[in-house]
This record gives sequence, C-alpha cells and structure tokens, in this order.
Amino acid sequence: MTDATLHVFRGDKTGGDLRTYQVPVTEGMVVLDAIHYIQQHEDSTLACRWNCKAAKCGSCSAEVNGKPRLMCKTRLDQFMGSPVTVRPLAAFPLIKDLVTDVSWNYRVNQEIPPFTPARDDTGPWRMYPEDVDRMFEFRRCIECFLCQDVCHVLREHDGTSRYYGPRFMVRIAGLEMHPKDTVSRAHLLRGRGGIGFCNITKCCEEVCPEEIHITDNAIIPLKERVADEYFDPWRALLRAFRGRREPRGT
Amino acid sequence: MADWYEARRYDVLVIGAGGAGLRAAIAAAEAGVKVGLVCKSLLGKAHTVMAEGGIAAALGNLDPNDNWEVHFADTMRGGQRINDYRMVEIFAKEAPERVYELERWGGLFDRTPEGKILQRPFGAHTYRRLCHVGDRTGLELIRTLQDRAVHSGVEVLMEVTLSRLLKDGDRIAGAFGYRREDGRFIAIGAKAVILATGGWGKVYKVTSNSWECTGDGCAMAYEAGAELMDMEMVQFHPTGMVWPPGVRGILVTEAVRGEGGILRNAKGERFMQTYDPKKLELSSRDVVSRSIYKEVEAGRGSPHGGAFLDVSHRGAEYIKKKLPSMYEQFLKLADVDITKGPMEVAPTIHYVMGGVRVAPGEGASTVPGLFAAGEVAAGLHGANRLGGNSLSDLVVFGKRAGEHAARYAKGVDGDPRIDDGQADEERRLLLRPFDSGSTENPYELHAELQEAMGTHAGIARTGEGLRAGLDKILSLQERAERMRAAGSLLYNPGWHACRDVRFMLILCEAIFRAAIERTESRGAHWRLDFPDQDAGWGRKNLVVQRGDRGMTVSTRSVPEVPPQLARLLEATA
Ligand SMILES: Cc1cc2nc3c(=O)[nH]c(=O)nc-3n(C[C@H](O)[C@H](O)[C@H](O)COP(=O)(O)OP(=O)(O)OC[C@H]3O[C@@H](n4cnc5c(N)ncnc54)[C@H](O)[C@@H]3O)c2cc1C
Ligand code: SF4
Ligand code: SF4
Ligand code: FES
Repeated sequence: MTDATLHVFRGDKTGGDLRTYQVPVTEGMVVLDAIHYIQQHEDSTLACRWNCKAAKCGSCSAEVNGKPRLMCKTRLDQFMGSPVTVRPLAAFPLIKDLVTDVSWNYRVNQEIPPFTPARDDTGPWRMYPEDVDRMFEFRRCIECFLCQDVCHVLREHDGTSRYYGPRFMVRIAGLEMHPKDTVSRAHLLRGRGGIGFCNITKCCEEVCPEEIHITDNAIIPLKERVADEYFDPWRALLRAFRGRREPRGT
Repeated sequence: MADWYEARRYDVLVIGAGGAGLRAAIAAAEAGVKVGLVCKSLLGKAHTVMAEGGIAAALGNLDPNDNWEVHFADTMRGGQRINDYRMVEIFAKEAPERVYELERWGGLFDRTPEGKILQRPFGAHTYRRLCHVGDRTGLELIRTLQDRAVHSGVEVLMEVTLSRLLKDGDRIAGAFGYRREDGRFIAIGAKAVILATGGWGKVYKVTSNSWECTGDGCAMAYEAGAELMDMEMVQFHPTGMVWPPGVRGILVTEAVRGEGGILRNAKGERFMQTYDPKKLELSSRDVVSRSIYKEVEAGRGSPHGGAFLDVSHRGAEYIKKKLPSMYEQFLKLADVDITKGPMEVAPTIHYVMGGVRVAPGEGASTVPGLFAAGEVAAGLHGANRLGGNSLSDLVVFGKRAGEHAARYAKGVDGDPRIDDGQADEERRLLLRPFDSGSTENPYELHAELQEAMGTHAGIARTGEGLRAGLDKILSLQERAERMRAAGSLLYNPGWHACRDVRFMLILCEAIFRAAIERTESRGAHWRLDFPDQDAGWGRKNLVVQRGDRGMTVSTRSVPEVPPQLARLLEATA
C-alpha cells in the first residue's frame, strides 16, 4: 500500500498554517476518506463538515489544490501520487481548519420572497413536462456554495454586501420561472440582489458539481427579465399575462 | 438560570431538521406558537436530503385502481402485521394530501404527459405509487420544506447538538447541549419537545446512513424514561455499493429495480426467480436482502461478496434521465458505467423500524410533553418498511406531531422550570473526556461496536450470537466511561464522537435485548435458530424501557385490526 501526502490547513480565526500528513491509500479513495483517516488515527481535532459522502448534501466543500471541490467526490488517484493541498473555502470567514462560517448564505435565502402561487389556485395542478423540465436544473442545487466561493464579486472586500452570488441567482431563477409563481423578484435582483455586479465570467459554472448552467440558464435570463421590467414595462406586463400566469396547465 | 450557558425559550422545541422536523416545525408555527428548530448540521443537509427513489402516496395517477385501502394493505403486509394499524390507516389516507401540499409549496415532481405527478413502481407496492424527481426526491422534499419553514417564523439553530432532555418533575422542560462551533453550552426551555432526530444506522459499519444517524433522540428519550418499541427491527436495503472499499454501503436506490433493473448471481442466474417468482426484484426488502445473502453463502456471490444489478438494457438516455445521480455515483466513485454494464451490490443497513413508542396520530411518547415523528418513532412500519413509505411518514406524522405539540403547549400553565442541576450533570458528562484518566479512543470504540453489530446482529441472527454481542456491548459501555478527547471545545470532532458513541451503545443494547427475546423470524428479524414465523409473536411488540436496574424488556399486544380493515388484508392477499 502506498502513502499519499496531504497538506491540510490547520488553524482558526487567530491564524494557522498547512500541516503535512501521510495517509495510506486504498483503491478508489477520495479526499474525504483521507481526512477521516487523519481524524481517526492522527488528530481527532481536525475539523471538517460532511454528511452523505455521496455528493448529495453539499457539506464537504473545500479548496483542493486551489480548486473549490466536494471532498467526497474528489478521487485521490487523479493526483498521481503528488501531494494534495486542502484548504477551507476562502470566501467565508474561517471557524476552524476546513470549516467556515457560511451563515451569510442562509440570511440571503431568508430575504428572497418564497414561492407564492395564487391564493385560489389550490391544485392538484396540471403542469406539463415541457413547462417544468427546465426548472429541474435549478432544483438540483445542493448548496455546496462552491460557486459562491469562486465568484470574484463575493471574494472582493465587502462583496457579500453587494451581490447575492450565483447560488441565489439559481434559486431565484427557479422561483421566477415556476409556472405557478405570481410575485416578481426583479426589484430585489436589481437592488440588494446586485445582479448587475455579475459580469458573466462563468467561473461559477465551472466548479458546480451539479453541472448547473448557472450563467447561461439562470443569470442571463434573469438579467433580461430585470431589463424588461425596468426598461420595457410593456413587454414585462405582456409576459406576465401570457407567459407566466397561463402555462398550458391549469 | 445559570450564566455558564446560553439560554433560549420556545413553546415548542423541535430537535431535528430532516423531513419530519421541518414539517413539524411548520405545523407548530402555523398553530401560532413560538417554535425553535435545532439541528446538528447546517440546514438542508439532514439525512433526508439523501433520499432517492420517491415518496409513496396512493394518488392513482397511473393506476386508477390505487387508493388508500390498497396502500394500507401493502404497508400492513410489508410490516408483517405487527404495525399499529391505526397509524397505517391515517398514513395511507393522508399521504396524498401531503404530497399535493408539497407541490403547493413549490416542490416539483416528474410529470406524466397529461401534466400529473408521475409515479414509479417500487418493491411490494401493488401499484405504481412513488412520486419522485429522478433519483433526488429527498433533496426536493427538504428544500421545499426548508424554504417554507424559514418563512413561517420558525427560529433555526444550526450546528447545535442537544444531548439531554430536561425535565420538570415528570414532564418535559426543554433540552440541553452545546454549539458544535465553539462548544458553548446551551439550554433551551420548552413546554413541548418534538424529537425528529432520525435513525441510528451508524451502529453498523456497512450502512447507507450519514454520520448524523447516531440515534441521539431515541437514546435521549430512553434516558428520559420513554418507552421504545420494535428495536430488533433493523432494515437491510438489498442494494448498497460494495466496491471500492471507501464507498461500501452507499445506497443504490431501489428505483434501479423500479426502472427494470435485474439481479443476477455470479453464474448469471436471475436468482429472484427462485425466491419470489411473482414479484421478482420488486419483492420486499427483507426478502431480496436474504436472497442475496443466501446466494453469497452458497458460493454464487460476485467478486466482492454481493450480486450483480443490471439496468443497462434500458438504454443510456433513459438511465441518465431517470437515474442521473446513480449514473454519476458509479462513474465517479467506482469507474463503472451503468449504461453499459452491471453494478455490484450487497445488502447495507438502511433504516430502523423501531424507536420511540408514540400514541397513534398524535406522536406523544409516554413522557408528558415529549413527542416523536419520522424515523425515530416506531409503529408505522412494523417488521419491515416499504420503500417510499418513509418520506410520506415524515410529512404525515411530522405535521400531526407539530399540531399536537402546539396544542399541548398551549395547555401548559407557565413555563416549565429549567433545573440547573440536570444541566450541570450533563455538562460534566460531556466534559469528562478531557479528564486526565481518560484513555479510550472513541473512534476505536465506534469501530468495535460496529463490528459487534455486524457480526451478531446482522441479516442472519442466532440466540447464541446475540448473547455474545450483548456481552460485547456491555463491556464497551464500561470502556466508554473512559473515552478521551484532545484539544479544545472549538469544532472538535473527536470530542463530539464521544457523546455519539455513548448514545449508540444504548441503542445497540436495546437491539440485542429485543432481538434475543423475539424467538421467531419476521420481516427484517431473521433467526437461524427459529426460522419460522410464530403466530404468538405475531401478536406482540417488544418494548424497551429504562428500569431502576438497567434496561428492561416487556411485551405489548399489537392493536387488533378491526374487521372492516382486516377484510382489506384478506381481499388483496
Ligand atoms: C440513501 C438513502 C436513500 C433513501 N431513500 C428513500 C426514499 O427514496 N424514499 C423513502 O421514503 N425513504 C428513503 N430513505 C429513508 C429516509 O430518507 C429517512 O428515513 C428519512 O429521511 C428520515 O428522516 P427524519 O426526518 O426522520 O430524520 P433525518 O433526516 O435523519 O434528520 C434528523 C435530524 O435530526 C438532527 N439531530 C439528530 N440528533 C440531534 C441532536 N442530538 N441534536 C440536534 N439535532 C439532532 C439532525 O441534525 C437532522 O437534522 C432513504 C435513506 C437513505 C439513507
Ligand atoms: S459569472 Fe457572475 S456569478 Fe458567476 S462567478 Fe462570474 S461574476 Fe460571479
Ligand atoms: S449552484 Fe452548483 S456550485 Fe452553486 S451551490 Fe448550487 S450546486 Fe453548489
Ligand atoms: S459529504 Fe455530502 S456532498 Fe460530500
């Protein structure tokens, strides 16, 4: 059995540094397995988040060799024996080791008006596959916040006070495009949501483990919607009556 | 109130933010009381997020003959009739409305061409009944409920572990624990507490469950004096991943078989034809798990001790649409392309049917003010749960527990008193691993208890094995008094593991003690020394409770199914 060398960030708010560990490699091993090995055999105080170990919950986000990734989905064999560096997400305040304070994301979510169907539209609903298919993509998000981590707007000083970030553009797109939703979030997007700060660099799309087309399918259509609502109110109104309120279903 | 802990107060405290806890919190908040919701992880990461195949409800969208009566009969038969029929009746009747409610709250399911919710077949369900979104139904459920909850005025405390229920005399007064982030202690006063803490699959090594599934809620309820029931009933899901070692146990959803997947042994035989020629791969989970086990025992297993599951005949496009995360999971983690060839699978611990005994329909435990819903509660699934019945369980009984806890809380005069003595006792217990005399590594104890469970309380059990397992657990309990933690209280997994292990050891003991008593085979409980069902045991549930001198086991009569419902069981048998 060969060993892998891992450089893992250890530290807290007061500072920290990389520490080196040797971990025996087994077939198919992922970075999270290595972290668990360290916890169980070398240092039980090494902190990281994880839940499912199957790329379904979005808890185990970290920067592996500088790239934001899910540790449970990152195979060690791809690094071909060279050392692997694991650091916490850089966009959020550090708590300890690989754990960061992501609570800001939950506060943002709270600001977004939830799904709101018409009061008298109580279902059961008919919604046709073609009406809902494109929304499934947005609903796939596992809230790993890797896209938030990589977005240069959020990484900049005070960025989180200007822009909600790609994750929440995906969230809002899922709400806005729901055939049964009745509220508009255009004002929010343009204001506190800060959609104007996104300059479509597409870095977020590249890291999304769920392969959501964050810019093409969420952000760009939302930008168009905001433009419509502000600069072409007639078109917006028309769409509200034709497009959103009356999908083929009832 | 002391100054060494953070103090909070709610009318209703919900412990757990999986499907059951979220639905309970929403219901309680809607009833107009102040609700606090606590979870060990971040919000939206609870075990429920991993559910794949779907949520069972007799909507009859594809098979118009389906209705609550057939769902009732399927569930009772799946549970080998030691379920509480009153819970099953409520469940089968209310599940459809709970599913439509999820849709009204923004949840999206796959659709039929006519625009209705699509339903897929699953093991031992007579009709196509599982509403689903590809193979990520749990994510849809949890996201929908999570968004509803945070906009219903529920206050959420994330990454808090509660480790002791506080009492004021006989009744519940709240709960005590710590913040994972920095180890700060926290005491939450409440008139009513709802346990929605999920199961304890982590007492086994090969499991589909996440790290959270250490059964804290059930163990806390036991320590607070509540009755536990059906603890011997632990479900093996027939299909978990087996290779590579790091992924052993990760679930391969039953939807693979629902979508036409075929099981074969090493000789290429479709062995389910021998064991259940009628239902084949879609037989109930206990039957399929035992069949795989028998094939392996007979020397016809796959290279890593399992069976082959093949769905590749459905074609790449179909598989990627209906089973996207399975496709991804095998490709990324096992280098297997399931659109081209079979996957290797073996049984994995998946679900616990047993748990806190509750009043049917209300969720009230035997401790006044303490409620339970979801996987931590017992009674609905009997000796074996049908796939898809858990997610509907969460929303049906989550809602009911929330409503009943709110009603109970409104009837409580004044706030129950927090006893600082109890809080201090728990603090000392929590801090003990930092004492100088502590030597035992919690991870080692965890591995040993898993070993004991796997060896002695696995698919095939014997009286002798069970007694040996119990002895091992009792000696581990002794060693657990001396568990050691290093470092500080700041986000310290090794320290957190110490309390987890103590909880798990209680549940292991309960599983062994109940399994020793049940001298028959029924559902998930298969005794090699008592291979047949026994009519006498078919009328009894086993109840575990804390006594003056340790754990006691007694029996209770299974509530008798009244004639008009019993007819349903005969009619479709
Ligand atoms: C891989 C997989 C696939 C599945 N697929 C399906 C399916 O398709 N259909 C189906 O019906 N069922 C399925 N199940 C079963 C189902 O998902 C679970 O039974 C169900 O989600 C349990 O939900 P719950 O709300 O009871 O608890 P959980 O979702 O387990 O949530 C427990 C909550 O309690 C919290 N908690 C626990 N202890 C403490 C503590 N001490 N202090 C504070 N908080 C605590 C946790 O943080 C968590 O928030 C599946 C299970 C697995 C593992
Ligand atoms: S495309 Fe927009 S959201 Fe995505 S990383 Fe670039 S700036 Fe951020
Ligand atoms: S959009 Fe993708 S990268 Fe961003 S949080 Fe969701 S799953 Fe993660
Ligand atoms: S542990 Fe759930 S995504 Fe990695």
